[in-house]
Amino acid sequence: MTAQQIIFMIVAAYTLGSALMVVTTRNLVHAALWLVSTLFGVAVAYALLNANFIAVVQVVVYIGAIAILFIFAVMLTRKDMRDSGPQMNRNWWAGAIVAVLVFAGLAFLLSGWSGFQNTAAELPAEFDAISLLGEALTSPQAFVLPFEVASVLLLAALVGAVYVAFNPTKK
Amino acid sequence: MVPLSWYLMFAAALFSIGLFGVLVRRNAVAILLGVELMLNAVNINLVAFWRYGDVTAMAGQVFAVIVFAVAAAEVAVGLALVISVYRRRNTVIADELDMLKW
Repeated sequence: MTAQQIIFMIVAAYTLGSALMVVTTRNLVHAALWLVSTLFGVAVAYALLNANFIAVVQVVVYIGAIAILFIFAVMLTRKDMRDSGPQMNRNWWAGAIVAVLVFAGLAFLLSGWSGFQNTAAELPAEFDAISLLGEALTSPQAFVLPFEVASVLLLAALVGAVYVAFNPTKK
Repeated sequence: MVPLSWYLMFAAALFSIGLFGVLVRRNAVAILLGVELMLNAVNINLVAFWRYGDVTAMAGQVFAVIVFAVAAAEVAVGLALVISVYRRRNTVIADELDMLKW
Protein backbone atom coordinates (compact mmCIF):
# COMPACT_ATOMS: atom_id res chain seq x y z
CA MET A 1 0.00 0.00 0.00
CA THR A 2 1.23 3.44 -0.88
CA ALA A 3 1.20 6.35 1.55
CA GLN A 4 -1.83 7.87 -0.18
CA GLN A 5 -3.81 4.64 0.22
CA ILE A 6 -2.99 4.50 3.94
CA ILE A 7 -4.05 8.15 4.36
CA PHE A 8 -7.31 7.44 2.47
CA MET A 9 -8.04 4.44 4.70
CA ILE A 10 -7.52 6.50 7.86
CA VAL A 11 -9.68 9.37 6.55
CA ALA A 12 -12.45 7.01 5.41
CA ALA A 13 -12.51 5.12 8.72
CA TYR A 14 -12.57 8.40 10.68
CA THR A 15 -15.38 9.84 8.52
CA LEU A 16 -17.55 6.73 8.60
CA GLY A 17 -17.03 6.36 12.35
CA SER A 18 -18.12 9.96 12.90
CA ALA A 19 -21.12 9.45 10.59
CA LEU A 20 -22.18 6.40 12.63
CA MET A 21 -21.98 8.52 15.78
CA VAL A 22 -24.16 11.17 14.09
CA VAL A 23 -26.98 8.69 13.53
CA THR A 24 -26.68 6.74 16.79
CA THR A 25 -25.73 9.16 19.57
CA ARG A 26 -28.56 10.11 21.94
CA ASN A 27 -27.58 13.71 22.63
CA LEU A 28 -28.50 15.89 19.64
CA VAL A 29 -25.87 18.55 20.35
CA HIS A 30 -23.27 15.78 20.27
CA ALA A 31 -24.79 14.53 17.00
CA ALA A 32 -24.36 18.01 15.47
CA LEU A 33 -20.74 18.13 16.67
CA TRP A 34 -20.11 14.65 15.22
CA LEU A 35 -21.55 16.01 11.96
CA VAL A 36 -18.86 18.72 12.03
CA SER A 37 -16.27 15.96 12.43
CA THR A 38 -17.77 13.99 9.50
CA LEU A 39 -17.84 17.06 7.26
CA PHE A 40 -14.20 17.72 8.07
CA GLY A 41 -13.30 14.16 7.04
CA VAL A 42 -15.16 14.67 3.75
CA ALA A 43 -13.21 17.92 3.22
CA VAL A 44 -9.97 15.94 3.62
CA ALA A 45 -11.27 13.44 1.05
CA TYR A 46 -11.82 16.35 -1.38
CA ALA A 47 -8.26 17.53 -0.74
CA LEU A 48 -7.01 13.99 -1.49
CA LEU A 49 -8.91 14.24 -4.80
CA ASN A 50 -7.02 17.48 -5.67
CA ALA A 51 -10.28 19.48 -5.47
CA ASN A 52 -8.81 22.25 -3.31
CA PHE A 53 -11.58 24.80 -3.90
CA ILE A 54 -14.31 22.29 -3.05
CA ALA A 55 -12.44 21.33 0.12
CA VAL A 56 -12.28 24.97 1.25
CA VAL A 57 -15.96 25.55 0.36
CA GLN A 58 -16.83 22.43 2.35
CA VAL A 59 -15.16 23.88 5.45
CA VAL A 60 -16.55 27.40 4.99
CA VAL A 61 -20.12 26.61 3.90
CA TYR A 62 -20.84 23.24 5.53
CA ILE A 63 -18.93 23.54 8.80
CA GLY A 64 -19.06 27.33 9.06
CA ALA A 65 -22.72 27.81 8.18
CA ILE A 66 -24.80 24.64 7.97
CA ALA A 67 -23.41 22.88 11.05
CA ILE A 68 -23.77 26.06 13.13
CA LEU A 69 -27.37 26.39 11.90
CA PHE A 70 -27.98 22.83 13.11
CA ILE A 71 -26.55 23.59 16.54
CA PHE A 72 -28.78 26.65 16.79
CA ALA A 73 -31.84 24.65 15.73
CA VAL A 74 -31.10 21.93 18.31
CA MET A 75 -30.76 24.51 21.05
CA LEU A 76 -33.96 26.33 20.00
CA THR A 77 -36.10 23.18 19.96
CA ARG A 78 -35.20 21.40 23.19
CA LYS A 79 -37.53 21.39 26.13
CA ASP A 80 -34.76 20.69 28.62
CA MET A 81 -31.07 19.84 28.57
CA ARG A 82 -31.47 16.07 28.43
CA ASP A 83 -32.94 14.01 25.62
CA SER A 84 -35.57 11.81 27.21
CA GLY A 85 -37.27 8.82 25.61
CA PRO A 86 -36.00 6.65 22.81
CA GLN A 87 -34.16 8.45 20.00
CA MET A 88 -35.00 5.79 17.42
CA ASN A 89 -38.18 4.25 16.04
CA ARG A 90 -39.49 0.95 17.34
CA ASN A 91 -38.75 -0.41 13.84
CA TRP A 92 -35.11 0.68 13.78
CA TRP A 93 -34.00 -2.81 12.78
CA ALA A 94 -36.05 -2.49 9.55
CA GLY A 95 -34.24 0.78 8.80
CA ALA A 96 -30.92 -0.95 9.42
CA ILE A 97 -31.87 -3.76 7.03
CA VAL A 98 -32.91 -1.26 4.33
CA ALA A 99 -29.64 0.68 4.75
CA VAL A 100 -27.55 -2.51 4.50
CA LEU A 101 -29.55 -3.64 1.45
CA VAL A 102 -29.01 -0.25 -0.25
CA PHE A 103 -25.28 -0.49 0.42
CA ALA A 104 -25.15 -4.07 -0.90
CA GLY A 105 -27.17 -3.09 -3.98
CA LEU A 106 -24.92 -0.09 -4.70
CA ALA A 107 -21.80 -2.21 -4.23
CA PHE A 108 -23.19 -4.91 -6.55
CA LEU A 109 -24.20 -2.39 -9.25
CA LEU A 110 -20.90 -0.50 -9.09
CA SER A 111 -18.72 -3.62 -9.11
CA GLY A 112 -20.36 -4.65 -12.38
CA TRP A 113 -19.30 -1.38 -14.04
CA SER A 114 -16.26 -1.61 -16.31
CA GLY A 115 -14.61 1.57 -14.99
CA PHE A 116 -14.79 0.46 -11.35
CA GLN A 117 -11.06 -0.13 -10.90
CA ASN A 118 -9.97 3.00 -12.83
CA THR A 119 -6.94 4.82 -11.53
CA ALA A 120 -6.51 8.56 -11.88
CA ALA A 121 -4.18 10.02 -14.49
CA GLU A 122 -1.50 12.40 -13.22
CA LEU A 123 -2.65 16.01 -13.26
CA PRO A 124 -1.12 17.92 -16.20
CA ALA A 125 1.74 20.28 -15.35
CA GLU A 126 0.62 23.83 -14.51
CA PHE A 127 -2.96 22.55 -14.08
CA ASP A 128 -5.15 25.21 -12.48
CA ALA A 129 -8.51 23.72 -11.47
CA ILE A 130 -9.74 26.91 -9.79
CA SER A 131 -9.47 29.12 -12.88
CA LEU A 132 -11.09 26.38 -14.99
CA LEU A 133 -13.93 26.17 -12.45
CA GLY A 134 -14.35 29.94 -12.47
CA GLU A 135 -14.51 29.99 -16.26
CA ALA A 136 -17.01 27.11 -16.26
CA LEU A 137 -19.26 28.93 -13.78
CA THR A 138 -19.27 32.22 -15.70
CA SER A 139 -19.08 31.13 -19.34
CA PRO A 140 -22.36 31.26 -21.32
CA GLN A 141 -21.18 28.13 -23.15
CA ALA A 142 -20.92 26.27 -19.84
CA PHE A 143 -22.79 26.66 -16.55
CA VAL A 144 -23.66 30.33 -16.10
CA LEU A 145 -27.41 29.68 -16.25
CA PRO A 146 -27.49 26.91 -13.57
CA PHE A 147 -25.20 29.10 -11.46
CA GLU A 148 -27.62 32.05 -11.63
CA VAL A 149 -30.60 29.77 -10.99
CA ALA A 150 -28.80 28.45 -7.89
CA SER A 151 -28.36 32.00 -6.60
CA VAL A 152 -32.07 32.77 -7.16
CA LEU A 153 -32.89 29.48 -5.36
CA LEU A 154 -30.74 30.53 -2.38
CA LEU A 155 -32.44 33.93 -2.22
CA ALA A 156 -35.91 32.36 -2.41
CA ALA A 157 -34.97 29.79 0.26
CA LEU A 158 -33.67 32.46 2.64
CA VAL A 159 -36.75 34.65 2.18
CA GLY A 160 -38.94 31.56 2.67
CA ALA A 161 -37.01 30.52 5.79
CA VAL A 162 -37.46 33.96 7.34
CA TYR A 163 -41.17 33.91 6.46
CA VAL A 164 -41.76 30.39 7.84
CA ALA A 165 -39.84 30.95 11.08
CA PHE A 166 -41.25 34.45 11.66
CA ASN A 167 -43.49 34.64 14.71
CA PRO A 168 -46.14 37.34 14.23
CA THR A 169 -47.55 37.01 17.76
CA LYS A 170 -44.38 38.36 19.34
CA LYS A 171 -43.55 42.01 18.80
CA MET B 1 -2.76 5.93 -6.24
CA VAL B 2 -6.15 5.10 -4.76
CA PRO B 3 -8.47 3.32 -7.24
CA LEU B 4 -11.84 4.88 -8.00
CA SER B 5 -13.62 1.92 -6.39
CA TRP B 6 -12.44 2.96 -2.91
CA TYR B 7 -14.03 6.37 -3.21
CA LEU B 8 -17.28 4.90 -4.61
CA MET B 9 -17.49 2.37 -1.75
CA PHE B 10 -16.71 5.11 0.80
CA ALA B 11 -19.50 7.28 -0.64
CA ALA B 12 -21.94 4.34 -0.78
CA ALA B 13 -21.23 3.55 2.90
CA LEU B 14 -21.72 7.20 3.90
CA PHE B 15 -24.98 7.32 1.91
CA SER B 16 -26.26 4.17 3.63
CA ILE B 17 -25.41 5.55 7.08
CA GLY B 18 -27.28 8.76 6.22
CA LEU B 19 -30.24 6.73 4.96
CA PHE B 20 -30.25 4.76 8.22
CA GLY B 21 -30.35 8.04 10.15
CA VAL B 22 -33.24 9.37 8.04
CA LEU B 23 -35.24 6.16 8.47
CA VAL B 24 -34.81 5.51 12.18
CA ARG B 25 -34.40 8.83 14.00
CA ARG B 26 -37.47 10.29 15.70
CA ASN B 27 -36.25 13.87 16.06
CA ALA B 28 -36.83 16.01 12.94
CA VAL B 29 -33.49 17.80 13.34
CA ALA B 30 -31.71 14.41 13.48
CA ILE B 31 -33.49 13.40 10.26
CA LEU B 32 -32.07 16.52 8.57
CA LEU B 33 -28.60 15.53 9.87
CA GLY B 34 -29.02 12.23 8.00
CA VAL B 35 -30.02 14.11 4.82
CA GLU B 36 -26.79 16.13 5.09
CA LEU B 37 -24.75 12.91 5.25
CA MET B 38 -26.48 11.64 2.09
CA LEU B 39 -25.82 14.91 0.22
CA ASN B 40 -22.15 14.71 1.21
CA ALA B 41 -21.91 11.15 -0.13
CA VAL B 42 -23.28 12.35 -3.48
CA ASN B 43 -20.72 15.16 -3.53
CA ILE B 44 -17.84 12.74 -2.92
CA ASN B 45 -19.01 10.75 -5.94
CA LEU B 46 -19.24 13.86 -8.14
CA VAL B 47 -15.75 15.07 -7.22
CA ALA B 48 -14.27 11.55 -7.56
CA PHE B 49 -15.73 11.18 -11.06
CA TRP B 50 -14.26 14.59 -11.98
CA ARG B 51 -10.79 13.52 -10.77
CA TYR B 52 -10.85 10.06 -12.38
CA GLY B 53 -12.37 11.25 -15.65
CA ASP B 54 -11.28 14.17 -17.80
CA VAL B 55 -9.93 16.77 -15.34
CA THR B 56 -10.34 19.62 -17.84
CA ALA B 57 -14.13 19.01 -17.96
CA MET B 58 -15.35 20.81 -14.85
CA ALA B 59 -18.93 19.48 -14.78
CA GLY B 60 -18.27 17.35 -11.68
CA GLN B 61 -16.98 20.26 -9.60
CA VAL B 62 -19.72 22.60 -10.88
CA PHE B 63 -22.35 20.04 -9.86
CA ALA B 64 -20.71 19.79 -6.42
CA VAL B 65 -20.89 23.59 -6.02
CA ILE B 66 -24.59 23.57 -6.97
CA VAL B 67 -25.21 20.73 -4.49
CA PHE B 68 -23.66 22.98 -1.82
CA ALA B 69 -26.10 25.76 -2.70
CA VAL B 70 -29.08 23.39 -2.69
CA ALA B 71 -27.96 21.88 0.64
CA ALA B 72 -27.74 25.34 2.21
CA ALA B 73 -31.24 26.20 0.92
CA GLU B 74 -32.63 22.86 2.12
CA VAL B 75 -31.18 23.27 5.62
CA ALA B 76 -32.41 26.86 5.95
CA VAL B 77 -35.99 25.99 4.95
CA GLY B 78 -35.99 22.65 6.82
CA LEU B 79 -34.80 24.11 10.10
CA ALA B 80 -37.19 27.06 9.76
CA LEU B 81 -40.04 24.55 9.36
CA VAL B 82 -38.84 22.59 12.41
CA ILE B 83 -38.66 25.75 14.53
CA SER B 84 -42.09 26.88 13.33
CA VAL B 85 -43.61 23.45 14.11
CA TYR B 86 -41.94 23.47 17.53
CA ARG B 87 -43.52 26.81 18.28
CA ARG B 88 -47.03 25.63 17.38
CA ARG B 89 -46.99 22.02 18.62
CA ASN B 90 -44.16 22.14 21.19
CA THR B 91 -42.58 18.98 19.75
CA VAL B 92 -39.99 18.03 17.12
CA ILE B 93 -40.67 14.28 17.23
CA ALA B 94 -41.63 13.27 13.69
CA ASP B 95 -44.16 10.61 14.88
CA GLU B 96 -46.20 13.20 16.74
CA LEU B 97 -46.59 15.53 13.75
CA ASP B 98 -49.73 13.91 12.37
CA MET B 99 -51.93 16.94 11.62
CA LEU B 100 -52.43 15.73 8.03
CA LYS B 101 -53.29 12.17 9.01
CA TRP B 102 -56.94 12.51 10.06
